[in-house]
Amino acid sequence: MEKRVVITGMGIYSCLGKNLDEVKNSLYNGVSGIVLDPVRKELGFRSGLTSKLDVPDLKGQLSRAQRVFMPEQAKYAYVATVEALNNAKIDQDYLDANSVGLLYGNDSSAEPVYKSVETMFKKKNTTLIGSGGIFQSMNSTVTMNLGCIFHLRGINLTISGACASGSHAIGLGSLLIRNGLEDMVVCGGAQEVNPYAVGSFDGISAFSTREDAPTKASRPFDRDRDGLVPGGGAATVIIEEYEHAVKRGANIIAEIKGWGFSSNGDHISSPNVAGPAKSLENCLRLSNVDIKEIGYINAHATSTHIGDMNEAKAISQIFGDCRPYVTSTKSQTGHEMWMAGASEVIYSTLMMKNNFVAANLNFENPDEDSAKLNIPGQRVDAHFDMFLSNSFGFGGTNSTLIVKNL
Amino acid sequence: MEKNELIAKINSVLANEFEVEETEIAPEKEIKATLQLDSLSLVDMIAVIEEEFGVEIKGQSVAQVKTFQNLYDFVYEKTNA
Repeated sequence: MEKRVVITGMGIYSCLGKNLDEVKNSLYNGVSGIVLDPVRKELGFRSGLTSKLDVPDLKGQLSRAQRVFMPEQAKYAYVATVEALNNAKIDQDYLDANSVGLLYGNDSSAEPVYKSVETMFKKKNTTLIGSGGIFQSMNSTVTMNLGCIFHLRGINLTISGACASGSHAIGLGSLLIRNGLEDMVVCGGAQEVNPYAVGSFDGISAFSTREDAPTKASRPFDRDRDGLVPGGGAATVIIEEYEHAVKRGANIIAEIKGWGFSSNGDHISSPNVAGPAKSLENCLRLSNVDIKEIGYINAHATSTHIGDMNEAKAISQIFGDCRPYVTSTKSQTGHEMWMAGASEVIYSTLMMKNNFVAANLNFENPDEDSAKLNIPGQRVDAHFDMFLSNSFGFGGTNSTLIVKNL
Repeated sequence: MEKNELIAKINSVLANEFEVEETEIAPEKEIKATLQLDSLSLVDMIAVIEEEFGVEIKGQSVAQVKTFQNLYDFVYEKTNA
């Protein structure tokens, strides 16, 4: 018999706050984490808009020998994971005595690569790159760091699925648990927030240029949207087999009902409707839930013209007259990319546990497609017991999760 | 640079980089044990010395520079050659 998968811990470090409480309050109050970064303008960015968060200073928490291998996104992930493990009532003794897996989304580590190459060019000496360079530069940097710091001994794998990485990580983790291969998996997503990571993204005119009003720039589904705003941080979700969680007296937060996925097999950057629609359909079928049970959809919608339009078409195609609330928390956070699939599960769970749907900021005028959805431009105080979270990425990779309140 | 000045600077740089108290550093002590260096952080020690003093520690020299006194002498000799 298939096993049930539950969420027993969450941790977050984002532009909306450095822990669950701060983030919950920011969501509730409709705070935007978007600013204009003058450094990006000096580097020739079309748009200097970005989310803003401080890189945590881990001196005193981790040794120099541990910190030296960590790029900024691994530091975010460490802070989020400490909170998630505390939230799950998991201490180091537990991790030392049990096999726990690790699946984390990450799809770049640009800053250490840039710094290593700069040292080579300037100094003509690879020793001066230092011992951290190689470990910070690899896509798997987050999982290699977390696995060593927390002594994790189950599966240890980075999921690089573009902007769906964090969602795929949770989906794959749930699959391992459902099939009895792991009892507990630390899942999540991390995203670096530095100019080097997104300069080339800016170069393809993907970013909003509404620099005169940074908090108005990310406006998913709004008629006048003009592109996304890059963001980042890290989000960790502890998922666990239901009976295992009950047995150890865990605080069971929610259940992952299912994971759907698909690939567009189409254009590298332009999403279509069929791929996301298939991901939604697969998730609903595998979750064995009725669409009427879904009270809220956390859309992938990044505030790009075609992406939001095609997602709106896919959602209305599947949901028809059944109109759950639909918002994109990217209106507050910008696009958290490799992190987004995990952070948005946490944002949505915080809303579900606290009886509200955060405002889709800056949704002032619908377009033809978003008008078919039930998108609140203001916060709604409402109870719901199940949500669906979409995450789509470059190359046409799609992931959908359905989570139920427990 | 006078040798005493050089020694003080080496101690300060290494203590700061490897997060030990300067008082833990003494001429006769072994560098690896005092700074808790493994094969990776040894690379960082070599890089720090090269960056700060322009002195490369490579080949046989790496094995020969065991104590802080060895390091002081090595850097002093190279910077005054």
